[in-house]
Amino acid sequence: MQDLQGLLAEYLPILIFIGIAAGLSVAMIVGSMIVSRQHPDSEKLSAYECGFEAFDDARQRFDVRFYLVTLLFIIFDLEVAFLFPWAVALGDIGVFGFWSMVVFLGILTIGFVYEWRKGALEWE
Amino acid sequence: MAIATLCFYVFAAILVACGAMVITARNPVHSVLFLILAFFNAAGLFVLIGAEFLAMILVVVYVGAVAVLFLFVVMMLDINFRDMRKGAKRYAGVGAAIGIVLLAEILLVVGTWQLDPGLSGAGAAPTPAIADMHNTRALGNLIYTEYVYLFQGAGMVLLVAMMGAIVLTLRQREGVKRQRIADQVARSSKDEVRKVNVSSGSGI
Repeated sequence: MQDLQGLLAEYLPILIFIGIAAGLSVAMIVGSMIVSRQHPDSEKLSAYECGFEAFDDARQRFDVRFYLVTLLFIIFDLEVAFLFPWAVALGDIGVFGFWSMVVFLGILTIGFVYEWRKGALEWE
Repeated sequence: MAIATLCFYVFAAILVACGAMVITARNPVHSVLFLILAFFNAAGLFVLIGAEFLAMILVVVYVGAVAVLFLFVVMMLDINFRDMRKGAKRYAGVGAAIGIVLLAEILLVVGTWQLDPGLSGAGAAPTPAIADMHNTRALGNLIYTEYVYLFQGAGMVLLVAMMGAIVLTLRQREGVKRQRIADQVARSSKDEVRKVNVSSGSGI
């Protein structure tokens, strides 16, 4: 239990910053609500007389290639996530651990070459 | 330790509240944003039990990538959720019945679950104390040697996911003008430029 406490003590500054950030944002929103004079009117929310009402929803289909880029990003993100513990523990796991990661990277490099040759990384 | 306990209750309360908001928010984009807040709070809970690496991975992978993907899907689907809700009442009975069956099954499984009393401490790698072993390092010691097949399997799964994404979503558009740098560089002025002697007043 003592060790866990030491670990958590290292995170105390982050907690303090979260507290400051939350307090500051709440103070700004609530403060501006209290200080400013408010005269709510439905006309203030309507379109101007020279504008026109919205035709339809702002949400619409967009190109599927954005989705492809995100998926590829996630996959390489996970690959890099695997690299962190490997780099930290490399001294303990020895040659076998090193080559196990190299094989892993090799498998993903096959995918990377495939992706490159297919032109999935190109944007028109 | 009082601060840690307080933090646990704050994180857990926000997490549960966010989870409820994810399924009740009217706007699906708001649902995804609440999901992101839920991920952050779950990361806080992970830190509280000493699993730092998992907490950071949760933030990097889930908040950084998966939540963005969810946003894309929600944006792309272009579903009118008000129309979808119309049919909800008709299927409420069937849905509730299925839910009750599932709940009963889970209760049966959890209720009869028993750990072998000799099991504790019999694992291949019992959890070391935090002072001796760093969280990330403990994972690193196991993943690449002890669980090497699962690790390579993860690599294969990622490869299949990558290829699947490319096969499903890659569309080559016709008639797109691309820059081909090699062709540009290989072009010589002799092939492209012609010198014409034009006598004055005649034109070409």
